[in-house]
Amino acid sequence: MNRIPLRQAARTLRIQILRHNPRDPDSQPRLQTFEIEEADAMTLFIALTEIRERQDPSLQFDFVCRAGICGSCGMIINGRPGLACRTLTRDLPEQITLAPLPAFELIGDLSVNTGKWMRGMSERLETWVHSQNLESLDIDAMEAAMEPELAEQIYELERCIECGCCVAACGTARMREDFVGAVGLNQVTRFRLDPRDERSDAAFYELVGDESGVFGCMTLLGCEDMCPKDLPLATQIAFLRRRMAATT
Amino acid sequence: MQIIYTDVLVIGGGLAGQRAAIGAKRRGHDVIVLSLVPAKRSHSAAAQGGMQASLGNCLGAAGDNEDIHFADTVRGSDWGADQEVVRMFTHTAPKAIRELAAWGVPWNRVARGEREITVDGQRKTISEPDAAHGLITSRNFGGTQKWRACYVSDGTGHAMLYTMSNQAIAANIPVHERMEALALIHADGRCHGAIVRNLMTGELLAYVARATCIATGGFGRIYRVSTNAIINEGMGAAIALETGVATLGNMEAIQFHPTGIFPAGILVTEGCRGDGGLLLDCNEHRFMPDYEPEKKELASRDVVSRRMEEHIGAGHGVKSRFGEHLWLDIRLLGADHINNNLREVKEICQYFLGIDPVRELIPVRPAQHYSMGGVRTNHRGESPQLQGLFAAGEAACWDMHGFNRLGGNSVAETVVAGMIVGDTIADFCDSTAGALQLSSALVQEFGERERRRLAEIANGKGRESAFELARLMQETMTAQVGIFREGERLEQAVASLQELQLRSRNIGLRSSAPGANPELVTAYRVQRMLKLAQCVAYGALQRTESRGAHYRADHPRRDDLNWMRRTLASWPSADARLPVLTYEPLDIMKMELPPGWRGYGARDYIEHPDTGVRQQQVDAIGGGLDRADRHTRQEALMPFRHLLPEHLRNNNERLGEES
Repeated sequence: MNRIPLRQAARTLRIQILRHNPRDPDSQPRLQTFEIEEADAMTLFIALTEIRERQDPSLQFDFVCRAGICGSCGMIINGRPGLACRTLTRDLPEQITLAPLPAFELIGDLSVNTGKWMRGMSERLETWVHSQNLESLDIDAMEAAMEPELAEQIYELERCIECGCCVAACGTARMREDFVGAVGLNQVTRFRLDPRDERSDAAFYELVGDESGVFGCMTLLGCEDMCPKDLPLATQIAFLRRRMAATT
Repeated sequence: MQIIYTDVLVIGGGLAGQRAAIGAKRRGHDVIVLSLVPAKRSHSAAAQGGMQASLGNCLGAAGDNEDIHFADTVRGSDWGADQEVVRMFTHTAPKAIRELAAWGVPWNRVARGEREITVDGQRKTISEPDAAHGLITSRNFGGTQKWRACYVSDGTGHAMLYTMSNQAIAANIPVHERMEALALIHADGRCHGAIVRNLMTGELLAYVARATCIATGGFGRIYRVSTNAIINEGMGAAIALETGVATLGNMEAIQFHPTGIFPAGILVTEGCRGDGGLLLDCNEHRFMPDYEPEKKELASRDVVSRRMEEHIGAGHGVKSRFGEHLWLDIRLLGADHINNNLREVKEICQYFLGIDPVRELIPVRPAQHYSMGGVRTNHRGESPQLQGLFAAGEAACWDMHGFNRLGGNSVAETVVAGMIVGDTIADFCDSTAGALQLSSALVQEFGERERRRLAEIANGKGRESAFELARLMQETMTAQVGIFREGERLEQAVASLQELQLRSRNIGLRSSAPGANPELVTAYRVQRMLKLAQCVAYGALQRTESRGAHYRADHPRRDDLNWMRRTLASWPSADARLPVLTYEPLDIMKMELPPGWRGYGARDYIEHPDTGVRQQQVDAIGGGLDRADRHTRQEALMPFRHLLPEHLRNNNERLGEES
């Protein structure tokens, strides 16, 4: 038999959403409450889609994969950043409050421009393999060998989906607009670990060796606590800070 | 209306689009990528289990090469693929993966020495050779003779897409995010770019380009149950169709993946079965060997999905309040393996089902997964009807998948096609044909037409709900144009879709919110999706045979005599109610691998008289060259290297193979 636990009586959920449409000169930020009947295995993706289709077609939010892998649907769910698509309503109380992720430009309602922020971070930290050889690769030849454990360690850090939850949960990011966030620092550690990237610690220091980088972190640990992919962010930041301090 | 000029406009920011963009940029052309979403959120990220490339490094892959990959792909396609294109693909796949390895993808690697694996329900120990240590490893997948799916845990697409996006950022390629192409600008058989809508502001812009490339992925969302991301609504294919000039190929060829989790339809990778997972029924009986003794759970996806539905139909499904399903059992793989190599699967099971697959069974049922069809292109990736329009990846019908795609061949196609098409686009831009020559009046005319179309919806006083029409379309497709198809139900589907199409001209909006207005977005997309759905349903109705994923219960045999041909659909005018279908023959006399039995699935098919003749030729050519190396023999049967950009023509180096 199906093992999804049965709830006895369907609940009526009261979903309160922080709404604002910056394109509308008359729009004022406000909380609006929608009531919907909970269904089995309902996620916030299903609930919000139903609200848009049946109650308010102007409601803005972002979903892409609806499977917890693309990072589009980060939002504040009852006060904590998380991925809405894989949040089951049965794990939440009847009263649910949703707000857009702070620290990102608001597009409307629950939709924020994480893409612009992340592209800016990538450009600034140059989050790609830097190698002399990339323009003249011999792709007919065997690939270079890599230790299996090292490849797995790199993937461990590469699992970041740039959802923005760590930035929304970060005290420094809320105070300093130029802070690169745990997402940025994690990517620096990822490329630093990768032997294909020829950059030295001195080069990384140029990128993150200040208060907008690794020395801006206050070790509040919000990033690691809120990371939907359980990345070891605090450890990576601490490690990077030690290496960068050693570089000076 | 703002007009933005560029050499190359790539519509779609997934793996295929970004790789094509990098290729054209490297050749000195300005490129702009348009994407519905931030590029790293594209559906390419959802590919879990692996990318097929015949490196032949690990023990299970030993002896693999392009020839075997070619044969597997052609058999997988049920002889519907263009064999020259399959050759181009299998030859380039090892290069593509090695390029990505240098660019930063952390491919899993071979570890020397002993390790435990699960094969056919049994644990066994194998020993990987020293020579392969540290090279890219691979796992088993369906419909293949070798372990050929190279992987990064079960986040292969994610790792590939991040590396590709980062390289595009390094190359300084702008990605205009949250932009949707509404129409291709074209005149006299030449494409000049697109009219584009900003999904944040609602503003219309024109992007004028010498070459335009559609890389928008598939259109799974015309179905109710699909593994596809919700952005996979096929708008790239739809705007090509709406030119009335470009054609879409084999739209009826729709793949259903055996293991969508039930009932949400979220994908769990074929790697689960490739690594040794089993399919069980309501009695926890392993049923696939009863149907498919040769390949069991690892027959091709079309075959496994049909067998699963057949088994449910025979009363062996697991009953639940959402309907019936079967079980996927990966418990036998062990906690270590699942935690390291199937961690996304584990997360999906935890979050969406509340179960731990280390200890519990996963409820699964086939779900729409992939569109083999798309914008018809020649081997260069260009539309044969609309010059300057290119397509790559799932959005294209290039046509290397025919009527069924093998697992792991899709992400492989994205990067391979991106490499090749990036170059052919650059060639086109370098040629005199690629010069920009159009009047600004034409751009204004197309912009005005789109503005009017949007205004008609927004200001119309219609009574139809766009959301409701979308739901009805999806239900029609899932119920009547699914895994098992049959003439009468297809006729009903065609009629229902025609009715929905009429109703879609009468959509009324409840919201007039400034900005992109999500209701307006649904409204104009559903009008286009209905046309794609009709191409699928009508194509399926006309194709009175069963080939690959297209199965007609009333015509259960593959019919090479009458149906060795590719469907081409065009939409002649805005008020047409059906697509016009024409057929493009596949010439058996030019095939390197003439039609036969696939090695799994039905053995019974209607043979074409050319098959025997060509088989004799192939045997004679092969026999005359029995001392020659495999490349020479292949070249004698069906030369293809001249079709590739020059820098992709060399042999691929392999362990233990003289090149």
